[in-house]
This record gives sequence, structure tokens and C-alpha cells, in this order.
Amino acid sequence: MDDAPVAGAGRVTVDAAGLLCPLPIIELAKAARGLEAGTEITVICTDLAARVDVPAWARMTGHEFLGESETDGEGVALTVRLR
Amino acid sequence: MFLDASGSAPLTNRTLEAFHAGLADGWADPARLHTESRRARQLVDAAREALAEALGSRPEHTFLAHSPHAAIERVAAGIFAARRGRDRIVATAIERDATLHAADHVAAGNLTLVPVDRLGHVELDALARELAVPDVAFAAVQHGNHEIGTLQRLDRVAEATAAAKVPLLVDATASIGHGPAPEHWDAMVANPADWGGPAGLGVVAMRPRTRWLPAWPEGDDWAPGGVLVPAVLAAAVALQERLEQLDATTARMRGLVDRVRSTAAGWAGVDVVGDPNERLPHVVTFSCLYVDGEALLSRLDREGIAVGSGSACTTSTLEPSRVLASVGALSHGNVRLGLHPGVTEEQVSRLLALMPRVIADLRTEAGAPGLA
Repeated sequence: MDDAPVAGAGRVTVDAAGLLCPLPIIELAKAARGLEAGTEITVICTDLAARVDVPAWARMTGHEFLGESETDGEGVALTVRLR
Repeated sequence: MFLDASGSAPLTNRTLEAFHAGLADGWADPARLHTESRRARQLVDAAREALAEALGSRPEHTFLAHSPHAAIERVAAGIFAARRGRDRIVATAIERDATLHAADHVAAGNLTLVPVDRLGHVELDALARELAVPDVAFAAVQHGNHEIGTLQRLDRVAEATAAAKVPLLVDATASIGHGPAPEHWDAMVANPADWGGPAGLGVVAMRPRTRWLPAWPEGDDWAPGGVLVPAVLAAAVALQERLEQLDATTARMRGLVDRVRSTAAGWAGVDVVGDPNERLPHVVTFSCLYVDGEALLSRLDREGIAVGSGSACTTSTLEPSRVLASVGALSHGNVRLGLHPGVTEEQVSRLLALMPRVIADLRTEAGAPGLA
């Protein structure tokens, strides 16, 4: 699976579908490295533990959790804004 | 070294001796009428009396069941049956699975979970709102949480349940033997294995005013077929031993957990969960970012250190721990410590000295070096 972040205008998507915890959080943290504050990162996850872990990650690392939304396929899309 | 004593603490020599004595003297069926049976019955009655006293209950309202799970199932079913017409159960979001499964079963799915705050305290306003609807059979609120250690403010909880005239079922399975027994309850459940008694026994205490009906075929018998006499005796002796040393042990456990909490809070990407002050003296959970929980437990096990975990990765269901999710903690990389009186300062020091290297190694293995 290609887990490289897809760059947009201040928005990045990380496809962590199929990965089990803690890998989605690791991919999220790798993607966040070097990005500027204000960037929004959306992680696509099928492991539902990520619904707990992404907000907890944001709290522990000083970023902002924006919320979750449905995806076209399986799983959820979880979005954070970097600070 | 064993640091996973929450729910199953090692048995002391005195407890083992009591168990042996119970086998030697209490082997007969307590339900029969001859001398041998009378001796077995006296052992159970004396042990029940001691347990009742420690729980702040009366012996005739203190019941023994075959496990904490069986105790919770029966107390839930018994109170529910006596509250005919009130068919909903209210519980905190961080109750034990055993409580929620029992409640869900007896109320046929009519179960409302009340959220807790970041430290694990039940939201009292939300609880009062639920209790205001006059369809609640009982409210289930833990005393101390088995994963994060937070103690509920049962005085405030009991004000709310009393105002609504709803019985309060308190799960004290993680707290009895680790501090004063709770005072605010209408029914209470305790787990002898948690205070160093044998596994396979549950204790229920009811207030005389609390109404319940036998929602099972055996009438007033809470343990069909009878309880294991030596287990009851050993449970009472184990609790007695804990309570004799309570102040000293509690202070020492509290100090050790304080040390774990402050040290772990200083590690990068590590979160210490639960209320730092209003908590059980001996339980603490911390969670490590980017670390696989199962790998963490296996690694510590290879180092000769037994710890617990609430990590989703270590359960077959892959469901994140409801307790950890409810307080906004990480679902992965969790270490839960449950200390017991045999744990030494040196053992805790060894764990704390080892953890940073273990965490760093596992982050490297997971492809996450230098992220925290």
C-alpha cells in the first residue's frame, strides 16, 4: 500500500486503511513531520481504534482534532489541524 | 516480578494456610445436619461475618457467589426483578464489561451509559438527568476503576440516586482491601481475588432496605451447589490481613504509584491516565505513543516483569478498551500496573529504569524512531 501523504493546498491525506494500531498513528506522525502549522491532515482508517487514538494523539502532541467523517469505502476519515 | 495484581493478587502464606485449614476442617457439605457439616457451616458463617464486617454490611445481607461475574449477574437480576415496571439501567461508561453485560442482559438492551470526564469521574449532571426519568431500575457506578484507578465521588452519586429513589449498585471489586470500604451504596459487589484471596468467589452486600427478588431457580441461594468452604475462609483471612496492614500498605503503594506517575509523565510521548489524587492507591495505567501493546507486554515478560494492558492490540476483538476510550486515552501501547503488598521499591525502580529503552526499541521496530 502506498502510504505517502498526498499534498494539497494545506491539506494532506494519509491512507492508513488496512493498518492496525498503532500503525495509523505512526503514519500520521510521519506525515505531520515538517509540515507547517495550519495544515490539515486527514487519516483514512479501517482499524476503529484510530477513532480513539487520533484525538488522543492530537491532544498529546499539541495539535487540534477537528473531527471524523465517513469515507466512500470502509472505515472513517479523521482530521487534525497542525499547530 | 508480578505487577499485574489488579483482580488477581498473589496469595500470602497466611491465606494459603487458611485455605489448607479450610480443606482439612471444612471438607464436608455445609448443608447437611451432622457434626462434620456443622463444622464446615461454622467456618463459612464465621468467614461471612468477617467479610460483612469489613464491607460495612450485615452477615444476613451478605451473599457469596461463585465468582465476581456471577455476583454481578445475580445482583443485577435480583434488583431488576424487584423494580417491576422500571426497566432501564443506568451505568457509567467505564463500568466493567461484566457489569454492562449483566445490565444489558437483564434489561434486554435498555441500558444507558453516562459519560465520564478526562479523569474518569462520572458526569453528575448527566447522571441526574438520566435518573430524572422515572424508568430506572438501578444505577451501576464503580467505586474504583480497575484500569485507571479513579475513585468515583460516591457521596455525590448517592445524593443523586437517593433523590431519584433509584438503588445504587456499587462495583467495589477493585477497591475493597485497598482503602476504606465505600459507605454510599444500596448493593455492593466485591472480589476476594483482588485483595489476595482465592479466585472463584464473589461477594454481594445488600442494605436491609434494598429490595431484590431471586431471579433464578434456586431461591435465596446465591451460589447453587454451595461455595468452596476453604475459599471463603481464605478470602476472609486475606482481607483481614490486608486490613491489619492497611495504613502502611496504602501509604507505600500510593508512594510507589506517585513515583510511576511522575516518572512516566516525563517520558516523551507517554500519557499517564486517571485522577492523580482521587484514586486507588495501587493501580496506574500509562500509554505510550507509537508502541504496540502486545509487543510491549511480551518484551516486559521476557524481562521477567508481568504487567497488564488495556490495549486493543492485545485483545482478540480489536475493540479499543472502553475505559480508555471514554477518558480520551490512547488505545494502544498501554501498561497497567496493579501493585500488591509484596512489591518492593527496587522492583518498581527496575521497571522505571527499563521502560525508556523498551519504548525506544519498540518504536524503532514499528518504524517510528524519533517521532515522540
